[in-house]
Amino acid sequence: MRKTLLAAVAIALPMLGSVAAAQETVKIGYIDPLSGGGASVGEGGLKTFQYLADELNAKGGILGKKVEIVPLDNKTNPQESLIQAQKAIDAGVRYVTQGNGSSVAGALSDFITKYNERNPGKEVLYFNYAAVDPILTNDKCSFAHFRWDANSDIKMEALTNYMKDTPAIKKVYLINQDYSFGQSVRSTARAMLAKKRPDIQIVGDELHPLLKITDFAPYIAKIQASGADSVVTGNWGQDIALLLKAAADAGLKVNWYTYYAGGAGGPTAIKQAGLDHKVFQITEGFANVDHKASQDYEKAFRAKVGLSLWYPRAVNEMRMFAAAAEKAKSLDPIKVGKALEGMKFEVLDGGEGFMRADDHQFFQPIYISSFGEIKPGQFDEENTGWGWTQVAKVDTPQTIVPTTCKMDRP
Amino acid sequence: MLELIVISTLNGVLYGMLLFLMASGLTVIFSMLGVLNFAHASFYMLGAFFGFQISRWFGFWPALLIAPLLAGAIGAAVERFGLRRVHKNGHVAELLFTFGLAFAIEEIVGIIWGKVPVDYRQPDILDFPAFTIFSTNYPAYKMFMLAVSVVIFIALLLALKRTRIGLIVQAALTHPHMVGHLGHNVERIFMLVFGVGTALAAVAGVIAGPSLVTQSNMAALLGPILFVVVVVGGLGSLPGAFIASLLIGLLQTFAVSINGSLASLFGPLGPDLAATWLNDIWNVTIAQIAPIMPYLLLVLILIFRPMGLLGTRET
Repeated sequence: MRKTLLAAVAIALPMLGSVAAAQETVKIGYIDPLSGGGASVGEGGLKTFQYLADELNAKGGILGKKVEIVPLDNKTNPQESLIQAQKAIDAGVRYVTQGNGSSVAGALSDFITKYNERNPGKEVLYFNYAAVDPILTNDKCSFAHFRWDANSDIKMEALTNYMKDTPAIKKVYLINQDYSFGQSVRSTARAMLAKKRPDIQIVGDELHPLLKITDFAPYIAKIQASGADSVVTGNWGQDIALLLKAAADAGLKVNWYTYYAGGAGGPTAIKQAGLDHKVFQITEGFANVDHKASQDYEKAFRAKVGLSLWYPRAVNEMRMFAAAAEKAKSLDPIKVGKALEGMKFEVLDGGEGFMRADDHQFFQPIYISSFGEIKPGQFDEENTGWGWTQVAKVDTPQTIVPTTCKMDRP
Repeated sequence: MLELIVISTLNGVLYGMLLFLMASGLTVIFSMLGVLNFAHASFYMLGAFFGFQISRWFGFWPALLIAPLLAGAIGAAVERFGLRRVHKNGHVAELLFTFGLAFAIEEIVGIIWGKVPVDYRQPDILDFPAFTIFSTNYPAYKMFMLAVSVVIFIALLLALKRTRIGLIVQAALTHPHMVGHLGHNVERIFMLVFGVGTALAAVAGVIAGPSLVTQSNMAALLGPILFVVVVVGGLGSLPGAFIASLLIGLLQTFAVSINGSLASLFGPLGPDLAATWLNDIWNVTIAQIAPIMPYLLLVLILIFRPMGLLGTRET
């Protein structure tokens, strides 16, 4: 008798605990690399989301419920990500967010779509804040997937428009990571440059293993030998930081057109190489955007987290999530998803963006900025004394690209 | 082109010498114990992290001396209190022991220093370009790495070939019982060799840490390559390990700089594969498969010369 009673209590206690916790908190599973080659960006992302959760909680949470970020280490590995996603779902998570690696994003989007089909009433939504392979909002689009970063095609369109008007560019070298995203950057860059500037010569086209190279010196020697004057790369994480570091060591003087040169370690390497305003990046925002509210936000963020705000899109993501839940008056993922569709939103760095209902791609103003000396009072990066300065802005309407998505809606 | 060849040769030799620092200890331990020490690369990682920590406290130069001693002491202790006991239970137990140790060290390092790369910088005094060939700078720190590994290689060679201890070590490798009967303490020699071997790996860690990335998965990234070096060079053969290290260093570096693919080799003569799955294989460049070249070499060596380049045994 006593044994059965004890057993009953032992079973009931954790259940009670989880029911109580589920009622009090909104859990967001953060599935990103917290170890290995992607860890430097994964850690930064986690701190950002925790800051955003604190911010929402200070205002009373979402629909009165506390927001909790559940960190899960996926080691930038698709299989591991699915294990972590299952773990998160088992722990009561109904919203997951991920950003690093389109290979991971593709697997995760597939997994969650299938999970939702098999488990009606227990659906999960996937908020993608950084994986930019266009396929995720085209052929492989899903109701469960929402993307807040501009996809790779949008970024390359803007970047090549800028390059088109820079006559000094004659020889371009492409170097990218060997997986879906890197291959997409490479082929889009080739196609767009051929159309906009047929006189530009592609002198090199490199794919290297993702997050495995620790010394880029051989690649830099090859770029040097090719006589390139500009390099185009979609590298992220340590792959961009180490690439720039090796370029700094070798004294390679070229212009860099990048997606993610501002990531951890990048600014330090650019300063070391002395590439004053020769490294460009394309983002949805940066510290020195001429917009008071976002600069104030940057100041507060840096003071508390000790990092630059590298993911303005994460701010948009969390704020829109909260707004959608308020609008739907529910935390049911399907209702939140429907509320997000077509939602218009004033983004952190100023200007209006919207979540396109057709493919769940968010459109927003994007900026090209260059890294180098700044005016007094502006934000620098990684204590280098250099910072990002705007060179071009593309407003929301000019970023809209067509989609092939045919979405199945619940 | 010449520029590319010169720079690639320098980079390849440097990478090869770093591999040799690690492989030299591994190959001697291999022939001594008869099993692969899976934890060897972990001592390289320990060296890098000790180097990072000590250089924070006392500067880089003391770290270059203290970190390998510390890692070597840990290596010797592992042999004395771990491997020697496990040895009684046979090779499989030893293998599993080193396998488990590698994971344990990785996790412990992760707990102490975190899983994110640490900010391990080269000393300021070496932070300048050593020379400029054509238009490429070659960093002084890399020349320093090269110099350290060459000095250690020579010292190791002299110690093994010209000193009494070296003679006893060589004898103990092939005829441990006879050496024991002659009154030498074979167990202590094994412990010494293990300690020195792991200390050498740690030296590689201390000097490679600032140049490559110091993080808790660095052992796992490098470990497999070391086994390739040891097998290709021939078990227990130091000159073999030296040649194999340089070979693999150069192979990997030069493979990166070659753009050739089957498609460019056959050019317009090639069949029209654009729409088929063969298209991928047809167009893949040598640079893209550079990282798997060492393993390809491993497979070929095992098929055509199982004892390795300079090895003497069949196992």
